[in-house]
Amino acid sequence: MSHHIVEVEDLHYNYPGGTVGLNGVSFRITHGESVALVGANGAGKSTLLLHLNGYLVATRGQVRIGDYPLTRKNLKIVRRSVGMVFQDPDDQLFMPTVFDDVAFGPLNLGLAEAEVELNVMQALETVGVPHLRERPPYKLSGGEKRSVAIATVLAMSPDILVMDEPSSSLDPKSRRRLIGLLKTFHHTKIIATHDLDMALDLCERTIVLHRGKLTADGPTLELFQDEDLLARSGLEKPLKMQGCPICGKKGEEQTPLPDSKTCSGNRLTG
Amino acid sequence: MTKIGNHFFDIGYMDTLASGDSPLHRLDPRVKLITTLAFIVTVVSFDKYALSELIPFFIFPIFQISLGGLPTGYLLRKVLMISPFAALIAIFNPLMDREILLQIGSISVSGGWVSFFSILTRFLLTVTAALLLIAATGFNTVCTALARLGVPRPFVVQLMFLYRYIFVLTDEASRMVRAISLRSFHSGGMSFKTFVPMMGHLLLRTLDRAQRIHLAMLCRGFDGRICIVRSMKIGYNEVVFAIGWSVLFVILRCYNIPKMLGALVIGFFG
Repeated sequence: MSHHIVEVEDLHYNYPGGTVGLNGVSFRITHGESVALVGANGAGKSTLLLHLNGYLVATRGQVRIGDYPLTRKNLKIVRRSVGMVFQDPDDQLFMPTVFDDVAFGPLNLGLAEAEVELNVMQALETVGVPHLRERPPYKLSGGEKRSVAIATVLAMSPDILVMDEPSSSLDPKSRRRLIGLLKTFHHTKIIATHDLDMALDLCERTIVLHRGKLTADGPTLELFQDEDLLARSGLEKPLKMQGCPICGKKGEEQTPLPDSKTCSGNRLTG
Repeated sequence: MTKIGNHFFDIGYMDTLASGDSPLHRLDPRVKLITTLAFIVTVVSFDKYALSELIPFFIFPIFQISLGGLPTGYLLRKVLMISPFAALIAIFNPLMDREILLQIGSISVSGGWVSFFSILTRFLLTVTAALLLIAATGFNTVCTALARLGVPRPFVVQLMFLYRYIFVLTDEASRMVRAISLRSFHSGGMSFKTFVPMMGHLLLRTLDRAQRIHLAMLCRGFDGRICIVRSMKIGYNEVVFAIGWSVLFVILRCYNIPKMLGALVIGFFG
């Protein structure tokens, strides 16, 4: 059994209007890998993510999650094993209270009430917000909303975590906390993001999309040093790897990950 | 618009009230709901010229306010805010119905005026009762109670979603209005020309969001049913509350207490 594998083969997708969403994307992500999905706006990141849980059905090509090819019949099994965290937590938190929201998935899976309670509290504790359980979602701060959104997915104990821009609209401290949290997860992770610094921190592998095509797939650090590739894909080197604003020294390029102690300025940028 | 924004934050304040702890708060929501309904039905069932009969019914809201320790001023302000609607409905009665019904000294009061005040009194009673129910129970708990009482699920779910997303919607609307007013330099409010496309935009955004929410629900195993875990218990207090008040409502409905008191007083002195 290999639940945690995501395999995409020659995926094509055209939007109803005729716009090309994906144009022949293939990759294979194995158990426990953490992969960043980067690309300019409109590159097809979100479209790709929507295929991974069967919301969009490919015009051509195939998606395999674990042992199952994604078809209408096994949609339920696939959705159980792929936990998706949306870009806007307001879309994801639709129940009256945080507790109800986190309990929504487990209840739908048919767990007993006592088990659900345990599950929910565990998920909330993992993301560090058990005190919010009775609060209505609209009264939470952005960072809290994000944490709860992640908890709602964790409560279903998925094998694969798929996240769309998890660090967007977070303040720096909440973002740092989120990165710390995600580091502790041992799931297979697929993170679509513009935050290349976070990608550098979290993902050993990166997939670059450009206009619906896969332009690169390889070790994160290697790809991010390829300025030509980044420029072609509408991206830019992560701040960490750019020159230090104080001493002008290059960052990560010369000093290997994870700690760069070349100068205090580097700390500022990192 | 900022005023409308404030108004909705005020609704949020109702939740704060509902999280209080008092004998009224602790009652089972189903019992409060049923009793309030009984109250409203009784009040509404009176003849259109009924006025003095309605006065004793104020004991129910007064009792609830004192038992639940709820802020009278705040609730009255809320009632006043919607009172123009009731006044608008009632205002034609004095014009249409000019038959003299009452003679107080040399002042003759037409049937229209009596029914006008009757409508306003009923409005005051019923709306206060509904507000009190929500203030002492919380909107979402009322919804859960509705579901428990066998109200069709789709209806309850609609209400719950309405309450969840009304804050998101007003946020979005007020942001749009702010953006419009920052770029429209004439001070005379919003013109029809900008209002219409704004509403259109808001609708499109809402539809988009609805789609994303549905997707989020599907991802977590939604199959048409929404489960909420809540323990509710009807005990001795609940039974006494419901039966006691219902009996009182029936008595007040059948006997005109103020009239009897009046007759008694006149009989005593006369």
